[in-house]
Amino acid sequence: MKIPITYNLRSMRARPVSTALTALGIALVVAVFIGMLALANGFASALVRTGSDQNVLVLRKGADSEMSSSIDRETASILASVPQAARGGDARAMVSPEVYVVIALGRIEDTTGMANVVLRGVSEQAWQVRQNVKVVEGRRPASGKNELCVGAKLVGRFPNTVVGQTMHFAGRPWEVVCHFTAGGSAFESEMWGENEQVMPAMRGQVFQSVSFRLADPGGFEEAKRSLEADKRFTVDVHRESEFYAQQSQLLGSILRILAVLITSIMAVGAIFGAVNTMYAAVSSRMPEIAVLLTLGFRPRSVLASFLIESAIIALIGGVIGCLLALPLNGLVTSTTNWASFSEIAFAFRITPGLLLAGLIFAVVMGMLGGFFPARRASKVPVVQALR
Amino acid sequence: MALVEIRDVYKTFTRGAERIDVFTGLTLDVEQGSFTALMGPSGSGKSTLLNLIAGLDRPTSGTVRVNGAEVSAMTPAQLATWRSEHVGFVFQSFNLLPVLTAFQNVELPLLLTRLSKRERDERIRIALGVVGLDDRMDHYPRQLSGGQEQRVAIARAIVADPTLVLLDEPTGQLDAKSSQEVLTLLARLNDEFGKTILIVTHDPAASGRARRQLHLEKGTFVEQGSLVP
Repeated sequence: MKIPITYNLRSMRARPVSTALTALGIALVVAVFIGMLALANGFASALVRTGSDQNVLVLRKGADSEMSSSIDRETASILASVPQAARGGDARAMVSPEVYVVIALGRIEDTTGMANVVLRGVSEQAWQVRQNVKVVEGRRPASGKNELCVGAKLVGRFPNTVVGQTMHFAGRPWEVVCHFTAGGSAFESEMWGENEQVMPAMRGQVFQSVSFRLADPGGFEEAKRSLEADKRFTVDVHRESEFYAQQSQLLGSILRILAVLITSIMAVGAIFGAVNTMYAAVSSRMPEIAVLLTLGFRPRSVLASFLIESAIIALIGGVIGCLLALPLNGLVTSTTNWASFSEIAFAFRITPGLLLAGLIFAVVMGMLGGFFPARRASKVPVVQALR
Repeated sequence: MALVEIRDVYKTFTRGAERIDVFTGLTLDVEQGSFTALMGPSGSGKSTLLNLIAGLDRPTSGTVRVNGAEVSAMTPAQLATWRSEHVGFVFQSFNLLPVLTAFQNVELPLLLTRLSKRERDERIRIALGVVGLDDRMDHYPRQLSGGQEQRVAIARAIVADPTLVLLDEPTGQLDAKSSQEVLTLLARLNDEFGKTILIVTHDPAASGRARRQLHLEKGTFVEQGSLVP
């Protein structure tokens, strides 16, 4: 049988300060680790949730974002009768030719800073195409009027976004008539108005994209093939979900790399902390270790015992780190979506898997930090240590 | 056949450039059931001899056999197992683990056996009963007097029923009264329980209790009586 864990637990309690400091060091690393990955998670899931499997996004050939795309009216009207599109209760095809522009707005909190906000001009059909979009306050913008529906994540972060207030841009007043949610997706960081109002206001002649809902999600390949082969126009056809997932890739992977990089550097510090604590523990307990070896405990049991002690300290740190990071969950922050250069707000997203990863990371740090001290413990020269 | 057979043992330490020959061809038999005191001035090799018998140290050459097993030829892992089965060791400075209770300290050697929790409990109670501390089981070492600590250490040394009990200056840090208690206990372990006891000591009172006294001087045994008792 092995050296009882009681021995380690009580020994840790016998030196509470160094145990606590070591655990705290590991806790901070784990908290930052979880926090940064929660950021990357939240960003990715906001963009991924934006797209639906059943929606199709048509852009000009070669355009990698809606910003750089343009679809003329003639093309849009042909696309409006795409046979694969679903039909709503009013028998009209669920197709929305859309204007996509980015406007600069001052923030409420930081009045010196401007942020790019997406203004999307949509058709009436857009509200059926994007089924995750729900008006939570007010009514939809009426046709023919300069009215806006503001995404929930913009409300309160930019001035005059309350229902009933009026915003001024593009030389016109725009009345805010509703707020909408979209399941936490990037749409919540957009303002929607009618496409026929937004286009002239922004002095545009064209739409940027056409979105439509498939009657059958399996009909995507067929729609893609026929539209991309059509000689009357040159377009790229994307499944909406894939398009947004791809948009999140660059920034998402940069955030992940940063998370790994920063936490690795911090982890080195925490590991050295553990090394220090465990070396101190081993050298102050030399005679005890020698006694255990004299009694007939094997060197590898001693090694295991000290590794476990280090792992327990690290695990305590890991749990504290998780608790420190948890309040971040759901906290909304924003960044510029590099694919569209527009502001996108999203929430930190801490998942059980992420917490587990944090705990495993903590234990790994503890084991790494504990290994050399534990090995020294297992090699204590018994005769000298007992003297 | 003697329980402990030491044959032609050489032991040399090197400290830097200096070479210290502790033993040059030492031979000794210790009989089963004996109570032997090992005496001699500091540096005469008493503790080294004890460490060689316990397998804590290796002879430079020669053989150490205990109960027929050649201790001097075992691997460290074999030694660990062998020690847990055959040797009880008592130190001058008690060396109880401070974070464990008397009960848990005595339990340690039994954790290396296949005994069940109930069997272990019974053995520990008996051992602590023998040393007269069955009412102090849940005390931590810091809550015990020096004499009591040493008696717990003795309980720990005998709880696994070893072949051989080795004690290195067990009364060295005790007052006269505690020393007497410990020595009486050792005599009783030898008489009543037939334990083979080998004790290294400076203390005339301790050596007086032993049935056999051996005097070591510069690594060799000298005639009994050649030293002032």
